[in-house]
Amino acid sequence: MLFEVFVRPRRGLSHTHVGSLHAPDPEMALRNARDVYTRRQEGVSIWVVPAESITASSPDEKDAFFDPAADKVYRHPTFYEVPEGAPHL
Amino acid sequence: MTDVLALADDALVAAQRLAWWCSRAHDLEEDIALANIALDQLGAARLLLTYAGELEGAGRDEDALAYLRGPDEFRNCLLVELPDEDFAWAITRLLFLSAHQWLRYGELAAGPDPRLAEIAARAVKESAYHLDHARLWTKRLGDGTPESRRRMTAAVAGLWPFTLELVENRAAWLEIVDGALADATLERPADPADPPTGGRAGRHTPHLAALLEEMQSLHRAHPGVTW
Repeated sequence: MLFEVFVRPRRGLSHTHVGSLHAPDPEMALRNARDVYTRRQEGVSIWVVPAESITASSPDEKDAFFDPAADKVYRHPTFYEVPEGAPHL
Repeated sequence: MTDVLALADDALVAAQRLAWWCSRAHDLEEDIALANIALDQLGAARLLLTYAGELEGAGRDEDALAYLRGPDEFRNCLLVELPDEDFAWAITRLLFLSAHQWLRYGELAAGPDPRLAEIAARAVKESAYHLDHARLWTKRLGDGTPESRRRMTAAVAGLWPFTLELVENRAAWLEIVDGALADATLERPADPADPPTGGRAGRHTPHLAALLEEMQSLHRAHPGVTW
């Protein structure tokens, strides 16, 4: 079975997709992920997800999915005045 | 020193046997897993050999002990030197060995020798993972297909007599191993009346000499060579 592996590098950060691997079942997939992707202290938490459980957008649908967003500038918060002294905005 | 050397040699010889699986396991993931475990064993062996050399006080460092001793000077148990017949043997051996190492390191981590306690405290965490890996595979092979079960049964039967050489913590060891075997729906074999021993006294099978010949060949051809 193919699994997709997600690793959280530090507390406070999100799990990030790091790659995939083969394993007979989820329990072994977690161990394999530990060995293959966190050998150099890359993570504090691992998720493994059966690749077949992921519903992905298709490259063929790229135009319909993503292109229309390109010319809708009003969706970006560029028309707001940023108040002085708001460092983390 | 004998005690430290026994621990060191178990780890060193086990590392060599496990490393054999690199590029030979059934998939890349297991290649990496076994190589990781081999490297853990090698790391523990280096620390223990260095300490054994200091205790001996004859000026032998880790390399002198690893590369310049003959088979009769090694104190590893016979279990670790036997060649693997197949993957089931590798997993069964890892189960038997890591259960033993986990118990020994756990004990030594809380023991009176501070240097040994420091080494053991690190190694016991690694052993816990080795045991976990072996346990999961034991379950999958024992309770898997008829073929995997047949091979696993053969490996457990073949290696069982050699576990009687691991005399420390036998009761606790049996508890762990019984649990793993039961999980895998495998039966514990009967103890043989006259089990093979002698590893701790330097009396080994011919397999160790063959293993050492390969492991020590580079050092013999180029004494003192460094990477």
